[in-house]
Amino acid sequence: MKRSASVIGLTVNGVRHEVAVEPRRLLVDCLRDDLGLTGTHIGCEHGVCGTCTVLVDGETVRSCLMLAVQADGASITTVEGLATDGALHPLQQAFREAQGLQCGFCTPGMLLLAWELLRDNASPSEAEIREAISANLCRCTGYQAIVEAVQLAAERRAVPAAAAG
Amino acid sequence: MKPPPFEYAAPRKTDEALALLAQHGDRAKVLAGGQSLLPLLNFRLARPEVLVDVNRVAELAYVRPADGGLAIGALTRQHALERSEAVRSRVPIVAEACRLIGHLPIRHRGTVGGSLAHADPASELPAVMVALEAELTASRAGARRTLPADRFFTGIFTTALGPDELLTEVRVPGLPPRTGSAFVEIARRAGDFALVGVAALVTLDDGGRVTRARLALCGAGPTPVRAREAERVLAGERPDGGALDEAVERMAAATDPPGDIHASAAFRKKLARHVGRQAIELAVRRAGGKA
Repeated sequence: MKRSASVIGLTVNGVRHEVAVEPRRLLVDCLRDDLGLTGTHIGCEHGVCGTCTVLVDGETVRSCLMLAVQADGASITTVEGLATDGALHPLQQAFREAQGLQCGFCTPGMLLLAWELLRDNASPSEAEIREAISANLCRCTGYQAIVEAVQLAAERRAVPAAAAG
Repeated sequence: MKPPPFEYAAPRKTDEALALLAQHGDRAKVLAGGQSLLPLLNFRLARPEVLVDVNRVAELAYVRPADGGLAIGALTRQHALERSEAVRSRVPIVAEACRLIGHLPIRHRGTVGGSLAHADPASELPAVMVALEAELTASRAGARRTLPADRFFTGIFTTALGPDELLTEVRVPGLPPRTGSAFVEIARRAGDFALVGVAALVTLDDGGRVTRARLALCGAGPTPVRAREAERVLAGERPDGGALDEAVERMAAATDPPGDIHASAAFRKKLARHVGRQAIELAVRRAGGKA
């Protein structure tokens, strides 16, 4: 049983990291401060705003409601993992074209919610898109444009669907 | 803010978790899905000296058939319940209620045992388990006991669990033929805590009369509220017209809802009638009857 820092291993966007963290270190702070991946934003720190949403082993999770030690051995995708070689991911491109962002603070979380939705449901209805993004807050109230961005991404099959079953 | 310092242990077996709880008693807090405890830690409203993280106790995550019903391991995620074929076919009300808990990223982490042990009076699963007459297994090092759900919840955020006990399993009995169920709630926004929610289970005879009704509410008092008077009013009757009106009145009368910034107590009572009627009517239709 430990109160002091211990070393954990995580794979973030395909890159393996080993990092020493105190048990009380939140996953979001580990990503931002220990690994320098500041694309994941931190807002409310109590699981309401959703901007810190990342994928842990393929599932959306609020990284302010998870300890870094709990992610030991996990595979994590952050917003930095979407673009490849400096080119926007097709999902990001759809957000750009449909103006699915204004200030951009909620965007990393919205992108990962949308990524999971489209992976599991290639042709979501508008209601399904609204339900999915209702998990996160946008205080510019750009929700309408975010819905349109996700619809555009769905039309373009921007996210590969999960294998059936 | 950030969590205060604590000692941390992540056992991999139930027995190890129970030994840690026996050792540390009320100095320790169990960390399950963390979707309620982490906010409390971040706000420093909770300052446990020791955190026993049960997320790596894989043997506590399961759904399996038992005695015509289901045995559900306490660490089973809410999203897993929502998707489980066994849950959807045997106790669909559990899946229906899970879909109303927070949002998908919350349900990926949140667990059935965590939701019950946290005992938030506004949360869905405690009311559902009271309506289902589920049995909860509390384990401590070398011993275990089983409690009916309505004796498990003792007050706001308070349960019958001792400091050295861990909720390990939920047993949900099978439902008789011609039973319909429904969970209906009303919340300010999708994913918010319910202002009021109602779990209804209605069993009909061949003539469309109620042989048994079970009704429980969340957001309606310090613990889940079982509306037994309303159940008695429905028994033997066709669940429509005067009997339904009377049951809905008795249900509202059984509540002792809180008033807060979201809704006054009087408004919550009014909602209990409205939501209660919807839940009973839906359960009756699902049982194959008319309401």
